[in-house]
Amino acid sequence: MQLARVIGDIVVTQKDHHLAGLKLLVLQPLAADGSTAGRALVAVDAVGSGVGETVFFVRGKEASFPFHPTEVPTDAGIVGIVDHWDLG
Amino acid sequence: MQIARVVGTVVATQKHATFEGAKLLLVQPLTLDDKPRGTALIAVDALGAGVHERVLIVMEGRAACEAIGRKLAPVDAAVVGIIDVVDLIV
Repeated sequence: MQLARVIGDIVVTQKDHHLAGLKLLVLQPLAADGSTAGRALVAVDAVGSGVGETVFFVRGKEASFPFHPTEVPTDAGIVGIVDHWDLG
Repeated sequence: MQIARVVGTVVATQKHATFEGAKLLLVQPLTLDDKPRGTALIAVDALGAGVHERVLIVMEGRAACEAIGRKLAPVDAAVVGIIDVVDLIV
């Protein structure tokens, strides 16, 4: 999983029907020091997160597991909202 | 599997139910000469690894699910070992 900041949301009317009702958010992955790391991406939201929050997301097929048994066609999914993180 | 160093911990109250009770660690993948490689990522930990320790991580969903013993958990990385020593011949 990776840390990310939710930097936007997306409205998509015409989409795969398995995506119906799901929130799609634009994520900017973050490095451990909070700086941006890599390209922004779009992820489905499984925990009710919103723009401006820091979250962690999972990549790959596992992103669809929260919606089981619906097979959501996604390769990235938000699975937690980060309260804080501490560097040792 | 990859060698990584635990660099921090992550606290998240609101998360997917399969994460309940699982420890979330921020781990930095390392090269063989202990230099950081790429971006730090979050791995679930069922072994009790601590900050500064070198660990073995899997970065694949099925393996990560098995490591924390939960089916259909939306995880893609898990700590599967705490490294004592790495012996290289080169």
